[in-house]
Amino acid sequence: MDTAKAPVGDVPAPAATSRRAPRVLRVREHTVEIVSDSGEGAQKCGQIFGAVSAKMGNGVWTVEIIPAEIQPPARTPPGGSGNRVRIGVGPVTNGGDEANLVVAFNEQVLLGRHRLHAIADDAVILLDDVWSRHDDAEVRRQWEAGLLELGSKAYRIVPVPLEEESQKLVENPRKGKNMFALGVLCWIYGRDLDRAREQIAHQFRGKKDATAQNVALLDAGHAWADAHLDLRVDVPATPTDAAMVVTNGNEAIGMGAMAAGMSLCAMYPITPATSVSHYLGEAFDRAGGLLHQAEDEIAAAGVAIGASYAGRTAFTITSGPGLALKTEFLGLAVMTETPLVLVDVQRGGPSTGLPTKVEQSDLLAAMFGQPGDAPKVVLAPATIEECFHVMVTARRIAESFRVPVLVLSDANLATGVQPWPRPTPDAAWQAEPPELTAVAEGTKPYDWDGRLGLSRRVAPGTPGGMHTVTGLSHDERSKVAYDAETHARGCTMRSRKLAVLQQTLVPPTVVGPASGDLLVVGWGSTKGAIEEAADRARAEGLSVATLHLRFLSPLEPGLTEVFRRYRRVMTVEINYSDAPDDPFVTEENRRRGQLSMLLRSATLVDVDCWTLVRGEPLRPGQVLAAMRRRAQTGGGA
Amino acid sequence: MSGDGCSLLGCGVEDEDRPHDMSEYAGAAARWCPGCGDHAVLTSVQRLLAEERLAPESTVFVSGIGCSSRFPHYLRTYGFHGLHGRALPVATGVKLERPDFDVFVVMGDGDCCSIGAGHWLHATRYNMDLTVLLLDNAIYGLTKDQTSPTTPQGFATKTQPKGSWLPPLNPLTTALGVTNASFVAQTAEWVPAHLYETLKAAYHHDGFSFVRILQRCPVWTPTIFQKAVKDSTSVEVLVHDEGVPAADLGRAFPNRIVHDPRDLHAARRLAEDTSRIRLGLLYRDPSAPRYEETRALPKHTAEERMRVLEAELDRYAV
Ligand SMILES: Cc1ncc(C[n+]2csc(CCOP(=O)(O)OP(=O)(O)O)c2C)c(N)n1
Ligand code: SF4
Ligand SMILES: [Mg+2]
Repeated sequence: MDTAKAPVGDVPAPAATSRRAPRVLRVREHTVEIVSDSGEGAQKCGQIFGAVSAKMGNGVWTVEIIPAEIQPPARTPPGGSGNRVRIGVGPVTNGGDEANLVVAFNEQVLLGRHRLHAIADDAVILLDDVWSRHDDAEVRRQWEAGLLELGSKAYRIVPVPLEEESQKLVENPRKGKNMFALGVLCWIYGRDLDRAREQIAHQFRGKKDATAQNVALLDAGHAWADAHLDLRVDVPATPTDAAMVVTNGNEAIGMGAMAAGMSLCAMYPITPATSVSHYLGEAFDRAGGLLHQAEDEIAAAGVAIGASYAGRTAFTITSGPGLALKTEFLGLAVMTETPLVLVDVQRGGPSTGLPTKVEQSDLLAAMFGQPGDAPKVVLAPATIEECFHVMVTARRIAESFRVPVLVLSDANLATGVQPWPRPTPDAAWQAEPPELTAVAEGTKPYDWDGRLGLSRRVAPGTPGGMHTVTGLSHDERSKVAYDAETHARGCTMRSRKLAVLQQTLVPPTVVGPASGDLLVVGWGSTKGAIEEAADRARAEGLSVATLHLRFLSPLEPGLTEVFRRYRRVMTVEINYSDAPDDPFVTEENRRRGQLSMLLRSATLVDVDCWTLVRGEPLRPGQVLAAMRRRAQTGGGA
Repeated sequence: MSGDGCSLLGCGVEDEDRPHDMSEYAGAAARWCPGCGDHAVLTSVQRLLAEERLAPESTVFVSGIGCSSRFPHYLRTYGFHGLHGRALPVATGVKLERPDFDVFVVMGDGDCCSIGAGHWLHATRYNMDLTVLLLDNAIYGLTKDQTSPTTPQGFATKTQPKGSWLPPLNPLTTALGVTNASFVAQTAEWVPAHLYETLKAAYHHDGFSFVRILQRCPVWTPTIFQKAVKDSTSVEVLVHDEGVPAADLGRAFPNRIVHDPRDLHAARRLAEDTSRIRLGLLYRDPSAPRYEETRALPKHTAEERMRVLEAELDRYAV
């Protein structure tokens, strides 16, 4: 979509009331960033701007800009907080490359974004210049130095008196600048002010005074922009009749859990998974569901397993450190064949790592984290919409195969906000397991079909079916047995289920040429960036196709055959890998991306990888560069 | 757990088909060592199940890992023999999902007071209607003779051959110290009449009934309770109209002390004083809020859940 950014025409604005007719830049997509000190509300501004844009019919993807600390010092480059909002004529699937327009509340938070190369060379930057007139000489010095540094790029910096103008309406401008900025943005992008007012009322529902004040600020920002700015951007909206919802990935998971008929979620707070429970804390009660905040992640897993064992499949949500704690219980769920859904919203690791930032580093831990052989199902939604539907699939598999299902989302999906087609939930998804009709005394609780490894669950409440499940090696009657035959048979039966499940899956679709130079394989939240990069690569004449996996365990069928049709296969992932030309790194000791390790062992194809661990969603431009190198030279990506 | 009539059907009607003979609650033959105190607890529990005529299909025994945690296998009810230290979270989940079930928890002293201590505190505070048995033999039995938190100071084990370094953790003061504790009792497996009455009182308490059962392990800690077993005058029995009935104990236990189980401060004082073994109900507060009540949610039908879901989607619709 490189071409997409090119203006499709400069047209004069209709009857402008401003000083002079502003230039209107009409583009197919545009990326805006709003950054402030933490606590100044740039995030709220970005969220409302994104929601209004979605409601007007634009494609939208928002990415949170999160400071490293909860209350970082003011006016510091790493302390910036805010939102990136990418809007387009059609669907937008990722946060894009660089911002085309930035609203910055001070030059320091702007420097933070500048240093991360988050801003396009030719970007327009609306910067509050109140700091240039500050009483404190040190602040004025920082301003000068900052502007000098920013001068290395051809940014067009437009001073905007956010603070001074907001002060006319509110005592504490720190609490008002964001809505003034929203008004400015609404003017620039021609956003419907009524919708913006509605959205403000929604954000501040229950607080009449706050709503009135924020609407006044919005209007003031809009009027100021009308009187002073000369640039407008038009990203034509394509209003559709199709019903859409706007959510982030964690809200989609929460709704998906309700759609899947799950009614108990046990969790312990951990970023970036917690917001699922914030959502459910409100919504679950109304649906007759129960959100249990346990004393730790181990207990959360135990409560979910206990509930699943006693009835309807329950779920637990966590992130990396919590996944580590749930390890032993996951093994127990495998061993007792208790259905369970575990959502891991991945963040940067290892250890406490990067709590608020994205990574895809838990794949192998999810698959192989348990001691002993512990086959289980691992799924990864690729979009916010899939975050909803994956929960339905996860419950169904967990129950039909009596197996824990791990759902790997990540911080990018968790905090990304996007409109997506409103789902039409099926009442059948609410099915009431388990079957509790009486069984003959002595019915085997693991009456494995020797070919399929599947067995009917005999849940407590079933007359006649009394037995004790155990994490110890056991026979079909759940009797503890340490003999060789019994143990080997149990392992075989639990593993067989995955092979059977794999046989029911449809082979993955390839996007792009059916054979060619390069096949890029991804999983999880990177789908949008990878496919956009491949589009651009093909526009450049490269022979690049992509394939995105949703099932990681078992792997989707037919991969070997697909891989053989391309000269090279490469995974793109947000996890660590050694670069082939790193010191001491050889073909043999090279530590590769996690999916590429899996694919190599499953297909015996020499699957290369290109990965980044910068705590950021992948930018399509970065992926494109990797594709070019790999498709053309075949050399070290 | 109030055992009035049929808990599964949620009505007060007696179900005549219910088993009422102890043998009908027997599962696999118990495999504990001869003389192990766990046998007596099993017998007492089977008697309780029979007398209360609990429906085996709606009774669940949850345990951890240890000699004591083999307990569920020896019963003809549902059982969940899970992870070392993690019986309470599993039981919490079972009870949240099926508040109508009778749920029992069996743990060892390592299970409850060491690896699972965090869950123990919080489960006490949740105060769900669970009957919780701590089989305290003051040792790690299954793993063969390692010091447990309740091992007496100076008692030699394989991990601390010079004797346990620390004064033992007191499960009674610990339990009584937790906010919202609602039932704390101590009994001993070698006093079957008292054991039975205590289990019965625990079962009938609506809330988290914590019973520490002093349990002999003739293999690893044969001496620990020797004096108390041989000389019943070294034991003091708590008596009160509100307490565990002790009339059956007859003259064998002449040392009695009147203790009102509604008096938390008196309970803590008695529990603190470990100069002698005391059997009885230390504390009971039937009015303590129960988590499954405060968190009780209407059981929605599928149609109702669908309506809520559509309303949710409306909230996010554009
Ligand atoms: C996570 C974990 N750590 C350690 C063990 C080993 N282990 C099994 S039982 C046990 C202690 C048992 O002692 P206790 O809980 O007092 O039960 P008892 O055997 O005395 O009845 C230990 C340490 C285990 N099974 N799991
Ligand atoms: S080792 Fe001790 S606690 Fe374990 S079964 Fe034998 S006697 Fe009982
Ligand atoms: Mg023990």
